[in-house]
Amino acid sequence: MTTVDLGDRFGGDGVQWGAILKDAGMAALVALVLTLLLFGVRLSDGGGGGLQFRPWWVVIAVASVFAGRGAVALWIGTRKPASAAALPWFDRALARLSQHKRLLFAGFFLAVAILPLLPVADRRMVDLATLVMIYVMLGWGLNIVVGLAGLLDLGYVAFYAVGAYSYTLLAIHFDLSFWACLPLAGAIAALFGVLLGFPVLRLRGDYLAIVTLGFGEMVRIILINWSDLTGGSEGITGIAVPTFFGLRFTPTPAAGETAFHQFFAIPFAGIHKLIFLYYIILVLALLTHLFSERMRGLPLGRAWEALREDEIASRSLGLNPVLVKLSAFGIGAMFAGFAGSFFATRQGFINPSSFTFIESAIILAIVVLGGMGSQVGVICAAMVLILLPELARDFAEFRMLLFGGAMVAIMVWRPRGLLAHRVPSVRLGPEPPGARRGGPP
Amino acid sequence: MSALGQPDAMVPAMLEVAHLSMHFEGITAIDDVSFSARRGEITGIIGPNGAGKTTVFNCITGFYRPSVGRIALDHEGGRFLLERMEGFRIARDAGVARTFQNIRLFPRMTVLENLLVAQHVKLMRASVFSIAGLLGLRRFREAEAAAIEVARGWLDRLGLLMAADREAGTLPHGQQRKIEIARAMCSEPKLLCLDEPAAGLNPRETAELNKLLLDIREDYGVGILLIEHDMAVVMGISDRIIVLDHGAKISDGTPGEVRNDPAVIRAYLGEEDDPPAPSVPGPPPGGGRP
Amino acid sequence: MEYFLQQLINGLTLGAVYGLIAIGYTMVYGIIGMINFAHGEIYMIGSFIALICFTILGLTGVASVPLAILVVLVVTVLFTAAYGWAVERLAYRPLRGSFRLAPLISAIGMAIFLQNYVQLLQGARVKAMAPMVTGGFVVTEKAGFQVTLSYMQITIMALTVVLMAGFSLVISRTALGRAQRACEQDQKMAALSGIDVDRTVSLTFLLGAGLAAVAGVMTTLHYGVIDFYIGFLVGLKAFTAAVLGGIGSLPGAMLGGILIGLVEAFWAAYFAAEYKDVAAFSILVLVLIFRPTGLMGRPEVEKV
Repeated sequence: MTTVDLGDRFGGDGVQWGAILKDAGMAALVALVLTLLLFGVRLSDGGGGGLQFRPWWVVIAVASVFAGRGAVALWIGTRKPASAAALPWFDRALARLSQHKRLLFAGFFLAVAILPLLPVADRRMVDLATLVMIYVMLGWGLNIVVGLAGLLDLGYVAFYAVGAYSYTLLAIHFDLSFWACLPLAGAIAALFGVLLGFPVLRLRGDYLAIVTLGFGEMVRIILINWSDLTGGSEGITGIAVPTFFGLRFTPTPAAGETAFHQFFAIPFAGIHKLIFLYYIILVLALLTHLFSERMRGLPLGRAWEALREDEIASRSLGLNPVLVKLSAFGIGAMFAGFAGSFFATRQGFINPSSFTFIESAIILAIVVLGGMGSQVGVICAAMVLILLPELARDFAEFRMLLFGGAMVAIMVWRPRGLLAHRVPSVRLGPEPPGARRGGPP
Repeated sequence: MSALGQPDAMVPAMLEVAHLSMHFEGITAIDDVSFSARRGEITGIIGPNGAGKTTVFNCITGFYRPSVGRIALDHEGGRFLLERMEGFRIARDAGVARTFQNIRLFPRMTVLENLLVAQHVKLMRASVFSIAGLLGLRRFREAEAAAIEVARGWLDRLGLLMAADREAGTLPHGQQRKIEIARAMCSEPKLLCLDEPAAGLNPRETAELNKLLLDIREDYGVGILLIEHDMAVVMGISDRIIVLDHGAKISDGTPGEVRNDPAVIRAYLGEEDDPPAPSVPGPPPGGGRP
Repeated sequence: MEYFLQQLINGLTLGAVYGLIAIGYTMVYGIIGMINFAHGEIYMIGSFIALICFTILGLTGVASVPLAILVVLVVTVLFTAAYGWAVERLAYRPLRGSFRLAPLISAIGMAIFLQNYVQLLQGARVKAMAPMVTGGFVVTEKAGFQVTLSYMQITIMALTVVLMAGFSLVISRTALGRAQRACEQDQKMAALSGIDVDRTVSLTFLLGAGLAAVAGVMTTLHYGVIDFYIGFLVGLKAFTAAVLGGIGSLPGAMLGGILIGLVEAFWAAYFAAEYKDVAAFSILVLVLIFRPTGLMGRPEVEKV
């Protein structure tokens, strides 16, 4: 898209009203064709052949496209050529913010760390914060695969599911504690990642996308149908909450057992458990973050980025592409497995409906919208994408529509994501002021 | 005219290409080409467009698997039959590094990072599959510091220290060319394959390139294979030249021998977009180059 | 034996549908080298438009069934093709020359968008329609088991054969086909030799969407039940068909479609119906491991 041409067409010497109207008219015509049947007619549910006509919907849709397209054309025609770059104000604001990066980070981290202890924190708030943190962790995990290694994984939720079910089955059948199951579940998820990745990673990148998409669906189908093991679509219930160094969160401890509130001699409150869970996921998420930041400065992490940038050049330097990709894929799967374990223990039950393609799409949207490879972007995107539908219920209906649309829009206008700035993993010269350190010195 | 691909009695050849052929769906890109190259020498490969020069490179560096033929590389690390090895193993184990006609740096990584990726094999070993690296053990930190010193040395030599922390994709073309060569050298190769390194360079940059290649040959004793259109470069610095035309070798010898070979003159005069091999340095011919 | 024959017929019918959709994947992949994830959703939109048209026609009381089908076919193809065109124009064209993952992510975003777009407009519940074409031939009958070949199945297979023949002619004989093949080889050179690359790509999307629309009409008539989610699985299987046949190859896409249809029918009949989707997907992985170029595809030569 050459904005210069459009600028000439709609602007040039004065505003070209004719061209703008023609353009908007064409767009409206296309909108009419697209919306006439799907907007104009509503099929009744089930059979029976009932119909409901909604002509006004078409009129409104076409009119808004006409107005919207016209406004955009007018804006293109009248703006100054200097502002041709996409979102310059956004970059300026970012640059200003990043001057105080360290301070912002410290403040944010402090807020996150003491959040559940604040007097305003009620059950719902802690629960929501935990939910956001799960997605932040998943986003960071997927960021290793998509952002660093440049592999499009559309079935990330499958590894999340593998982690959750492995955790649950291990915990229930072998009576293992949370801390024993967690690494095992992560390892099993990583193993699945490696087994799936090995054949596919040798091929062109796009195949991986569709195979992971299929794998996600396949895992779900197996979970539903292998009832003996997974409990079918009912799932598995009665997953124990982890204990605080052996202290259980229960109002009625068994004989001879001390519960959390008894040990600390405080009255029992349900929120204790939630706060404990919040800190677990906070630690897990931070581990994910520290791990990937550290990896970026190591040869393997640099190889991930190199392979993302240019596979042919990487091979010519002796990088084994399959091994390098496989490590990223497996490590990403491992973090999904950790997150899955946590998810299972937090819910207390699991079933296949938590692991649909929509979940994969949400996690991918978090990574893409935040800016692939950007750790801060993931936090921002997760907060917006998870909190918005929770806080504004009316919005929930539209959220996937908007996610999809936003993914397209971001790719068109800002393909590297909203926060696309890349911090070098290592420097020879002094750091520019305000920049954050990354990787070992 | 020296004999086809026969090793010199004095210095044994490091690279021996014998009866190399490459067919793509019925098209013969290379037809029974044999030649050899010695370490500490610059071997130029020239020929009109479409002569199969880059295809020869792609066979040597493992991007194509030749239809017929043998490519053997001998050095103190052992004897390697490149036609049977995967591309990354050729780079990693046999010590063959290359550059590309259309520069292939990692554009969004900094110049320093580019040079560190080239030292991946060494660093990976020091980081013990990232474990020592994650723990920040001294053994890895020292290896990393040493690798950075190697990179710094190369940037210093190229006069590009100031660009170390810039994204490689943002640098001017001429600097990218040099960095790609430095990156290849950072992988400590025994054989360096350069695919049109002078393409798109101005005369001053070309002169610098000549000097750089001669220095590399002198200081590191590597063998250099050089595909080049710019006769000023090839004739000026090559110890030996191989001429390809339509996928077959038509001449092989010192620059003086090749220049006077009637077969070469015929091949070049027969082509419209390449001038006959001039004996004086001139601007690079622009024919058909991307 | 009779059971086998019946499954063969069912599998061929299903395979014809997959093949029609697979052509859309394979053509787009051939010309711009991307997987159009949203193609399955185009098929889903085609099914909805078809059902809407059938229902409207049902209200107006058109008596002739063949006429009704023909009208619906034409209308659906036109309206669905508009979606194919718009998707390319909005989500893919601005990204040509962007970084590698951009078009893929844009396509997946488009697929999510279209799915929810239809869900919001038409509701999440399934939509159904009474069968219009009933009856068929009894091919053989033995021990109370009838092998039937319904008129609908005949229509689907016949239409697929006709479309395939027509399509092969378009690709091999017309200027559009030549332009497509030129763009496949080298877009820059094609543009230099006077081919309008944008137009060729647009037409490719129009044609692909048109065929998906035909598949949508056929499945709506044959199975009679649709919802906003059908595009996902069918798209995945059609893509598998395209890969199996050799992505980029039109006859390959058709062959792959038929094979996937047969595998699915027989798997459901003789093994476990609930795992039929897993079977199709396993084929995708196996093909990618052992024969990544597919049955009729050509090996890709890496450009260094």
